[in-house]
This record gives sequence, C-alpha cells and structure tokens, in this order.
Amino acid sequence: MDLFANLALGFDTAFTLQNLLYCLIGCVLGTLIGVLPGLGPIATIAMLLPATYALPPIAALIMLAGIYYGSQYGGSTTAILLNIPGETSSVVTAIDGYQMARNGRAGVALFTAGTASFFAGCVATLILAAFAAPLSQLAFKFGPAEYFSLMVLGLIGAVVLASGSLIKAIGMIILGLLMGLIGTDVNSGVSRYAFDIPELSDGIGFVAVAMGVFGFAEIMGNLEKTGDDEGFLNKLTTMVPTKTDLKRMIPSILRGTTIGSILGILPGGGAALAAFGAYSVEKKSSKYSHEFGKGAIEGVAGPEAANNAAAQTSFIPLLTLGIPPNAVMALMVGAMTIHNIQPGPQVMTSNPALFWGLIASMWIGNVMLILLNLPLIGIWVKLLKIPYRFLYPAILVFCCIGVYTVNNTVFDVYVTAGFGLIGYLFFKLGCEPPPLLLGFVLGPMMEENFRRALLLSRGDFTTFLTRPLSLGLLIAAALLVVIVALPAVKKTREEAFAEED
Amino acid sequence: MKIRNQRDFGAGIMYMVIGLFFAIIARQYQYGTAAKMGPGYFPFWLGMLMAAIGLLVLVRSMNAKAAIETIPKFNWRIILQITGAVVLYGLLLPRMGFLVAVVVLVFVAASASKEFTWKGTAINAAFLVTFTYSVFVVGLKLQFPLLPVFLQQ
Repeated sequence: MDLFANLALGFDTAFTLQNLLYCLIGCVLGTLIGVLPGLGPIATIAMLLPATYALPPIAALIMLAGIYYGSQYGGSTTAILLNIPGETSSVVTAIDGYQMARNGRAGVALFTAGTASFFAGCVATLILAAFAAPLSQLAFKFGPAEYFSLMVLGLIGAVVLASGSLIKAIGMIILGLLMGLIGTDVNSGVSRYAFDIPELSDGIGFVAVAMGVFGFAEIMGNLEKTGDDEGFLNKLTTMVPTKTDLKRMIPSILRGTTIGSILGILPGGGAALAAFGAYSVEKKSSKYSHEFGKGAIEGVAGPEAANNAAAQTSFIPLLTLGIPPNAVMALMVGAMTIHNIQPGPQVMTSNPALFWGLIASMWIGNVMLILLNLPLIGIWVKLLKIPYRFLYPAILVFCCIGVYTVNNTVFDVYVTAGFGLIGYLFFKLGCEPPPLLLGFVLGPMMEENFRRALLLSRGDFTTFLTRPLSLGLLIAAALLVVIVALPAVKKTREEAFAEED
Repeated sequence: MKIRNQRDFGAGIMYMVIGLFFAIIARQYQYGTAAKMGPGYFPFWLGMLMAAIGLLVLVRSMNAKAAIETIPKFNWRIILQITGAVVLYGLLLPRMGFLVAVVVLVFVAASASKEFTWKGTAINAAFLVTFTYSVFVVGLKLQFPLLPVFLQQ
C-alpha cells in the first residue's frame, strides 16, 4: 500500500514551518474576507492570487487552498447570521441557518456548520488521497446526456428546498434557468436577452442576484415589521449544542459527507448540487421534516458537510485529469500554470511532493480552520447584538462595495438593486427564491449539455432514455417527484377529513 | 370563478408574463433543429414551459379548494428608500467618489428605519467609512474612485 508512504511524503512537505505559516495565513485571510457579504470564494481567490506569485509553487498552492476553505467558512457565517449567501452552496445553509439565528441559536448553527465542515473535510481528504485516480474514471462515464439527466435530478431535488407550494417552486427553478441564459450563447456567439447593453452580454452575476433577492429583500421585509428591531437579538443562547442537537446532527453530517464526496468529483454543477442534494435528503428522511425552513439543525449540518466534502473532492478532476470542475478550480489552474505546473495526471508522478503536499495541507487547513473559527463564533454572534437600525445600513454598504468590486462596474450595483425589488415581489407573492438560484447556476450548463447530447444523437430525444446511466438518473428524478408530491396529497386529504369531523 | 388565493394568482400572472416574454424574444434568435440547435431553441421551450406552469398556478388559485390568501400590502416608502439609497450609491460612486457615496448610502438607508436619529446615523456612517476605507482601499488595495471628480488632479 503506497497510500501511507505517499501521505508521509505529503505531511513531510506540508509540515515545514514555511508551508504551515502560509496555510495559516491563507485560512485567516480567506475567513476574514469571506465573511464580508458579497465576497465569495471566487472573488477572494481572484483578489489574493497576485499575492502568491512570488511564493514557491507548493507554498502558493497551499496558501490558495487555505484561502479557498477559509472563504467558504466565512461565507457560511454571513449566510447564517445575515441571510446573505456569498456562493451557491451557502444558499442552502442560509435557509435553516438564518432561521436558527433568528431563534437565538446562531452560536449552535455556526458550531454545527464548523464541525460538519471539519468532519467532511477530513473524510473527503482521505478519499481524495486513497481514490483520486480510480474516482476520476467516474467523470469519464458521464457524457452530455448523463449530465443533463443529473441536472434534472438535481433541480427536482431543489423543489424540496421550498416549504410552500410545489408548483410555484418549479416555476422558480425555470425562472432561474431562464435568467441563467442571459448573455452570450457559447455555441453561436449570439448575445441573448442583453438588449444591446454591453454589461449584460457577460450575463448577470451570481453575487448580484443572491444579494438582491436575499439580502436587500430581507432588509425591506424586516423594516416593514414593527418592533422587530430587538426581536431576535436578545434571546441569544450559548454555542454549545444540546444532546438532542448532537444526536440529530451526526447522521446528517455522515450523509452529507457521502453525498458531497461523490458529487464533488463531477465537473460542472457537482459541488453546487451537493449542498442542495444533501438538504433534500435531510428534509425527506428526517422525522423533524416539519421543522425544515424554520431552523432545523439537520438543514445546516447536512449541506455544510456536503459542501465542504465536495470542495475537497472537486480537486480530484483537477489534479488527475487537469479539468477544472468549477470557477474556483479554474483559478487554481491559472495559479498552477503561473508556477509552470501543468495540471493533469502527470502531476502525481512527476511532482509527487507537490501533489501529496497539497493533499496533506488540505487536512492541516481544516484543522486550522476549526481551531480558528470556534473561538471566533462568539465574536460573530455578538454582531447580532448590534441594533438593527445600525446593522442594516452596514449590510447595504458591504453589499454595495462587494458587488462593485466583482467587475468594477456600478452596473452590477443597479442590477442588485433591481433584484432587491424582484425579491421583495417574490416575498409578497409567496415565491421562495432558493430554487431560483440553483436554476440560475445550472442554466447555461444544462443547455450546453442538452444541445451536445442531441447533437451526438443526431436529434434523437430518446438518447436520454437509452443510455443506462442517464435513464437511471431520470428514473430517480421521477421517483423524487412522486415522493415529494405524496405528502402534499396526503396532507390535503388529511385536511379534508379534518373538515368532515 | 373567484380568485381565492391572491398570492398564487399574482405569481401565476408573473410566471406567465416572464415565460411569454422569454419565449417571444427567443423567436428572434435562430431556432435550428433538434440535432443542430440554434440559440433560440432551448430558451423558447423553457419560456413556454414557464408560461404553462404560470397558467397552472393561476387556475389553481381559483380552485374552490384553494386556501384564501391575500397579497400583503407593499410598503412603497421603504422600497423607495432602500432601493433609492443603493441606486444613489451607484450614481455617486463614479462622480463624487467612495467617501461621499458611502455616507449618502448610510443616511438615506437609515432614514427608512422608524428609529432613525441624525446623531446615531452620523456615528454609524463615520464608523463604516473608516472601516470600509481601511479594509477595502488600504488593506485589499481595491480600486475605487475615492474623491469627487472635481477634486482629482
């Protein structure tokens, strides 16, 4: 078994004072910047990338990996405390995490997110070390038809994210898909729905949509209510979870880790789908499913574990195939090429110290993050004690600055303001935005794979049914529809019976 | 037929309008065939699907068994103040610079609160300007227009 020899080499590389220091710097910077609303992992890495140019290659990659995890932790913190998700996966954390914070359980929510991420990160790092090569073969089995079917499954799963009407949630998903299509079509170069506005030809930014629909709309909704100012701020409790909390979160963390590790490997929507998928599983399997959307601890533990596990295993396609599965990994490719490393299968053989050093540093990074973040929870929670009349202008300031820095254009500020209005309308009409964001992220990928699959099958739509893996995914999606629809049917029947009594 | 669920009725109309809007615009783009799809193919059908779902939501809102729900009132003053504050920030940033834009944003936004006080807001604005300036401009070295145009050399 080479695994231990390899890991020993990795820890040898990572455990130099210099590399440990860069890992720590990366984690600290990542957390501090990631906690600012609107600055997600992509923005944080892009901002700090130049700072790593001068470092030796291994130190640079270790520091970037640290920044990546740090900003993810930071992003979950803002999602839980302020309901402002900085990236796709924390959209899910925000659903129940923010409700927990409103119930005075912000500390417990942050503690759960931290431990879930830590556990999942450790397990996924081991998976990465042991199965990197064989697992990358899984990605090869996925053709365009399989990706399309996987996304259908993921989107159907996202319906579960909404606690209200099923059909309205499906509408929100499709709306998200449509909004994702705005911008230049990659196949033909035609600018769609841009109406000759140059800024729109690159599409709408995720950050603008998320901050508008969640952050701004939430602020307007809160201001309407009278006497809410002190509402959820005074009943803060400790960060120590109760025995029941622990009992409820542990199985969720285990399930989330499994889902995240598997989906993280798939290029494309894998990591984003992981958190959504884990939430769906938790909501469906939990006996507390009525608590979801109102602050269920499983709704934080499962998705956070999945999200972090996927963050680790998404390194697999990058390190073994050289394919960046998402935007963050694409930035990592950029960083590797700057240091003259060609990402791909040869990294493992030609530069084993780098490969295993990076893997070892992932584990070290996770340890550092939990040590760093547990004491910080107390400080973050205190932020909620700031009276709302001071807090919400501050949130607006950070959002405005954050959204401006993504592309250095005020156009994005106006887009965010527009989505604030749209989010307010959704709120009044009882349309829940989380499914919209998943659709928004998957829209372009879904169209591309749909077109590619049909191109390969020469326009034959049965291609989605004749390929076994694709058929399996579609059957799973159909089953999910039935499972999701059943309780609704049962509930209306129960209500009907209740009326008769 | 009576609209029992106003919120669903509104959502249904919204879905239909958006779906038809996307589908109609998609007609301007090349449609292509299933094997060789043009840029209009996918958005057209997605838009139609959206409109169909809108219709379904609409019809169900008038169902005799639909829950009775009314659309809560819109608070236009708050909408105007919050959205206006953000738009003002966007307008002021390139013209008057970072510092002015942030201060105006804080004051306009804070005035939407029932507990607005000039003193408290001034302290908040001063704190936020100092904090964001040191984090974003000094610390992260992000590029902002800092001073009003007429003060720049």
